[in-house]
Amino acid sequence: MFDPEHLRKDFPIYESQPDLVYLDSAATALKPKAVIDAMNAYYFEYSANVARGLYPLAEGATAALDAAREIVARFLRAESKETVIFTANATHAINLVALGLESSVTANSNILVTELEHHSNSLPWKELARRSGAELRTVRFTEHGQIDETHLATLIDAETALIALSAVSNVFGIINPVAKIVRAIRNINPRVRILVDACQAAGHYPINLSDWDADFVVFSGHKLFGPTGIGVLAGKRASLEQLTPMNVGGGTVLDACSTVTEYKKLPDNLEGGTPNIAGAIGLARAIEYVESIGLESVHDHEAVLTQYAIKKLNAAFGQHIHILGVDDPALRVGIISFTLDGLHPHDLAHLLGEANICVRAGEHCASPLHRRLGLNATTRISLSIYSTEADIDRLIGAMTNIRRIFTL
Amino acid sequence: MTLYQDQILDHYRNPRNYGSLDHATHQANALNPTCGDSLHMDIAVQNGTISDVRFTGSGCAISQASASLLTEEVRGKLVADALALEPTTVLKLLGVPLSPNRMKCGLLSLETLHKTLTHKQ
Repeated sequence: MFDPEHLRKDFPIYESQPDLVYLDSAATALKPKAVIDAMNAYYFEYSANVARGLYPLAEGATAALDAAREIVARFLRAESKETVIFTANATHAINLVALGLESSVTANSNILVTELEHHSNSLPWKELARRSGAELRTVRFTEHGQIDETHLATLIDAETALIALSAVSNVFGIINPVAKIVRAIRNINPRVRILVDACQAAGHYPINLSDWDADFVVFSGHKLFGPTGIGVLAGKRASLEQLTPMNVGGGTVLDACSTVTEYKKLPDNLEGGTPNIAGAIGLARAIEYVESIGLESVHDHEAVLTQYAIKKLNAAFGQHIHILGVDDPALRVGIISFTLDGLHPHDLAHLLGEANICVRAGEHCASPLHRRLGLNATTRISLSIYSTEADIDRLIGAMTNIRRIFTL
Repeated sequence: MTLYQDQILDHYRNPRNYGSLDHATHQANALNPTCGDSLHMDIAVQNGTISDVRFTGSGCAISQASASLLTEEVRGKLVADALALEPTTVLKLLGVPLSPNRMKCGLLSLETLHKTLTHKQ
């Protein structure tokens, strides 16, 4: 039986902050003790470097990193563990792809990016377009908060080199039908490379890379109960092999002495330098943790609580609250962005913060999306496995008081 | 309610000098992109003195209250004195300490004022 109150015991922050109402999990999720312990164990007990030392401690660290890669591969239903590349974060993963594809993008190419994307999945493409002279095309979103598939289809042509899209927008919280979209793209132009940003999907519902059939999939560890400083680039072997290694150095090379440098195979060629070993171990532990709860259960809990929150917000603020995106529980993860008449999001978030209620205000690193909606800023609440109805009730109580003060 | 004292809420709800001037000699806009705050100022200068000032804008309470307070402060001042105003004056007018994140909100009014006084219509 899924019980968020019980799960809270796994998150040490609630011991030091018993009063905390944490509703910013889309920015970063709280960390379970199991993850912190797994990372500490590495630092306390076997903090050797990987893939180099021949002594038992180093072999232990190498085996732990290898096991972590295996766990991520299984979690994603990836082709193999070699197609899982550890990066610093999702932004780094996207930049590795944008830089690694540069030699195959020309002034005749075009690159498609949806208007839903946060800056991490738009700026690397904007810069790639600028450097290569390629045309950057913007894919609209629907009033429901999903990728406009009809508009997308009209923008693809023979010169389309890459399409970047997110599985879930970090503002709308609405799930896009990735597998269906990828199929439609491949029907029009089978040569297009497709990158899916899964930052708001991974850990919220089951994902399956072989169903998605995208060339590249990225996500960050810290939004999935893991530590900061670790992310993942995964995808099809053939597509990953096409990337020019852009972060070369220790660990990437077979022969550094001849005139033509010979690089190692995946994943080593794309992981220059000592990796974030503790981070990878922590991420793997986080994946095991969320899998032990069950991704279906996580999604169900978030969907039920999201509906509760939407119902309560509408009941409390009626015509004065404007919630973004379609109200369909099957399509939502636990993200709700809204505006409230007479109260600027920054004032609201600041005053909620004084009551130890953590929400996000602003553009959420998605200014093109806000510009399209004609909004300067929104307030966002985002839920996770430890979120409860009591959290929502405290939020709404505090919002009611704040609004009363502002609209006297 | 540490940041949102009665004075700030009062100036936010009932901004002084809100509107525009038919006889403005100086006008300008300024933006705070992180919050989406915006301000527009109209200023009438006569013989080197700010004879009248109005503002319009939208944004958080801190940015709008700060503009209301600052326009009260500078009416009747010499342009040279208004240009010499430092952030500390505005922070003193607001009367509450601002965190680094909200500093830009509080000081947008001063930025707009200085921009307006250096942009002749």
